Amino acid sequence: MREKIRKLPLGLIILTILALTGFASVICRYLFGLGAVSNMSDGRGWGMWIGFDLYCGVALAAGGFTTAAIVYIFGGEKYHSVARPAILTAFLGYLLVILALLVDLGEPWYIWHAIIYWNIHSPLFEVAMCVMTYTFVLALEFSPAVFERLHWNVPLKIIHAIEIPLIILGICLSTLHQSSLGSMLLMMPTTLHPIWYTPILPILFYFSALAVGPAVVMFESTITGKSMGHEQNHEVMEGLGKIIPWILGIYLMLKVGDLLVRGNFGLVFTDFPHNILWWAEMLIGVILPIILFSIKKFRRSNTRLFWGAALVVLGLIINRFNVSLINLQMRPGYTYFPSWVEIATSVGLFADAMLVIWLAYKVFPMIKHSQHDSPTALKQD
Amino acid sequence: MEIDRRSFLKLSAASIAGAAVLVSPTPALASSGNESQANTNGKGMLVDTTKCVGCRACVVACKQWNHNPSSPVDDESKTHNDTPLLDSKTFTNIRATDVQQGLEPKWVYTKIQCMHCQKPGCAEACLVGALKKTETGPVTYNESKCIGCRYCMVACPFGIPTYQWESVTPWIRKCTFCANRQAQGLQPACSGTCPTGALKFANRSELIDEAKQRIADEPQLYINHIYGETEVGGTSWLYLASVPFEKLGLPNVQTEPVVVNAERAMGLVPPVLLGMAALMTGTYLVTKRRKKLQAKTSKKDEQGAKTK
Ligand code: SF4
Ligand code: SF4
Repeated sequence: MREKIRKLPLGLIILTILALTGFASVICRYLFGLGAVSNMSDGRGWGMWIGFDLYCGVALAAGGFTTAAIVYIFGGEKYHSVARPAILTAFLGYLLVILALLVDLGEPWYIWHAIIYWNIHSPLFEVAMCVMTYTFVLALEFSPAVFERLHWNVPLKIIHAIEIPLIILGICLSTLHQSSLGSMLLMMPTTLHPIWYTPILPILFYFSALAVGPAVVMFESTITGKSMGHEQNHEVMEGLGKIIPWILGIYLMLKVGDLLVRGNFGLVFTDFPHNILWWAEMLIGVILPIILFSIKKFRRSNTRLFWGAALVVLGLIINRFNVSLINLQMRPGYTYFPSWVEIATSVGLFADAMLVIWLAYKVFPMIKHSQHDSPTALKQD
Repeated sequence: MEIDRRSFLKLSAASIAGAAVLVSPTPALASSGNESQANTNGKGMLVDTTKCVGCRACVVACKQWNHNPSSPVDDESKTHNDTPLLDSKTFTNIRATDVQQGLEPKWVYTKIQCMHCQKPGCAEACLVGALKKTETGPVTYNESKCIGCRYCMVACPFGIPTYQWESVTPWIRKCTFCANRQAQGLQPACSGTCPTGALKFANRSELIDEAKQRIADEPQLYINHIYGETEVGGTSWLYLASVPFEKLGLPNVQTEPVVVNAERAMGLVPPVLLGMAALMTGTYLVTKRRKKLQAKTSKKDEQGAKTK
C-alpha cells in the first residue's frame, strides 16, 4: 500500500499546476471582466461555464443523492462503503458549481440578491434555491466524517438523530434541482433544437441524473481505489452496474417515446449534423451501457464495469452540452468556442475538487466508519 | 413582487403543513402574478416597413435619448449582412434587406429592437425579477436587482437583450420602449423623430385595428399578417410588411407564449416536493420494518439452533 501512495506525487503535481492555472484565470476574469477573458458574446450569453460547470457539474453530483437513497432509504447496506465518498463528491460538486457561478455571473457580488428578490416563476430561481439549500444539506450529511475525526461526540449524535430526515430532504431537493435544470431550457422553445426541446425535459434530466449517479460512484471509487491502493469492492461495483441498465432503459423509452409522440423521430435520421450529436449521446451513454451492463460476463470484472460507467458519464456530458450549448441556437452573426481562460477555469476548478477528495481520503474516515449505523457493512469489509 | 412572495410563503407553509394539503396548489401558482402581463391594452408601436426609407433617424434619436455612444454595429455598410445589429450601446437598428423583385433590387428596411412581449421570456426567466412587463406596455429593467446571470439573453425568443461585455461591472441593456418618456406623457424618442410615419405610437389594440385597416385598404401592398399580433402570445411592437417576415429577419415563432411549458413545470414543483417526501418516508419505514422482522426471525433461528 505504501508504494502505491508514493507513486502519487506526479498526479498531485499536475493537479496542483492545473488548480493554480485555474486560479490565475479566475483572477484575470475579475480584473478584466467577462468580455475580455471569455469568448461569450451577445449571441452566446452562456458559454462553457454554464454548459460544463453548471449543467454537467450538477448531474455528475447526482451520485450523492442516489447512493444516499440506496443505502439509507432502500436499505442497500452493502453499498455503505461508497456512501460517504459519494456524498463528499456531491458536496464538492455543488461547491464547484457555486464557485463557477461566482465566476460566470456578471455581478457575482450581488449573488445574494437571489435570496432577497424572488421571482418564483423563474426556473433559475428554483435552481438557485436548490443549490443553496442542498449544498448546506450535503455539508451536514458529510459532517459526521469530520466529527468522527475530531471525536466530537455531541454534534455527531445530533446529526445521527436527524440523519434520515436530512437524507430525505436531500433527495427531494436533488429531485427538484436535477429536473429544474431541464425546466430552465423549457424557456427556449424557439431556439433549442426540436430533437431536444420537449415539455418533458425536466423528467429526462431527472432520469439521466438517476442513471449517471451510480455510474459516477463506480467511476470515482475505482479511481480513488487505484490511487489510494485499496481494492474496489466487487459486490458494490456489480450491484451498481446492475441498477444502471434499468434506469437507462426507462430513460431510453422516454427519449424515444417523446420523439415519436411529438412526431420528430424522423429528425434523428435526417437532420444532419444535429442527429450525429443525438446518436453520439444515445449510443455512448445509453444504448451501449444498457447492452454491456446486462451481460453477466461483463459485470464480472471491475475493470469492465469501470469502463461501462465511464461510457454513461461521457454520454451524459455529451447530452448536457447538446442541450445547453451546442444545439441552442446562437443569434445570427456570432460564433463561439471557449477561450483559454474559460477552459483553464473549468479545468482548474475540477482539479481543486480532485485535490480535496484526495486530501479527504487522507484525513477523514471515508470507507470504514460508523459502526453504529451499519454493523453489516463492517462485517463485510 | 410582494404578492408573489406572499403567495409563495403561503404555499410553502401549506406544503409544510403536511401531505393532506395536496389540494393542487398548481393553478394558484400558475395564475398568480402574470395576470397583468396578459393585458393587451397597453401602449404599442406599429412599424410599417413599407413606409420606412432607412434614414436611421430613429437610431440616432434612440442613442441621444439614452446617452449611448456610437459603436461598431452602427456601420451602415454592414446592416444588410447577417451581422449583429444590436449591442449594449445600440438598442435599435435598421436591417436592410434586398428582396429583389424581377431584375430590380428592392430594399426593405426593418427596425429592430425589443418587441416588448406580452408574455416576455426575459421577465419570466429573470430569477430576481429585474425585468418586468409593465401594465402600460414597456418591459423594463431594474439594474439594482440584476446579478448578471444572462438567462434573459438566452430566453428571449428574438435575441434582444445585450450585455456590457467590455465592462468589469456589466449590466443588461435593451430598448426600454422609452418607459421614462412615456411616464411623462411623451412618446418614444424613435417614433417622435420618424419623418415618414413608419412608426406609429398608440394603444396596442387601436394599432391592431389600424393595421387591419391598412391591409384592407391596400391588399396588393401588404401581406395579410400583422407580425406581433399573436407571435409568442403577442408583442407590444407590431409590424406590417410587403414580404414574408422571415425574409426581413423577423423569426418565424410560435403563437404560444414561450413561457408556457416552463410555467407548467414550475407549477408542479410543490406537488413533486411533497410527493417525493412522502414516497421516500414511506419507503424508509417499509424497509425499516422489513429489517426489524428479518432481525427477529434470524434471532429466533439462532436461538432455535442453540436450544437444539
Ligand atoms: S423581445 Fe426579448 S427582451 Fe424584449 S420583451 Fe420580448 S423576451 Fe424580453
Ligand atoms: S442577467 Fe440580470 S436581468 Fe437578466 S435574467 Fe439575469 S438577473 Fe435578470
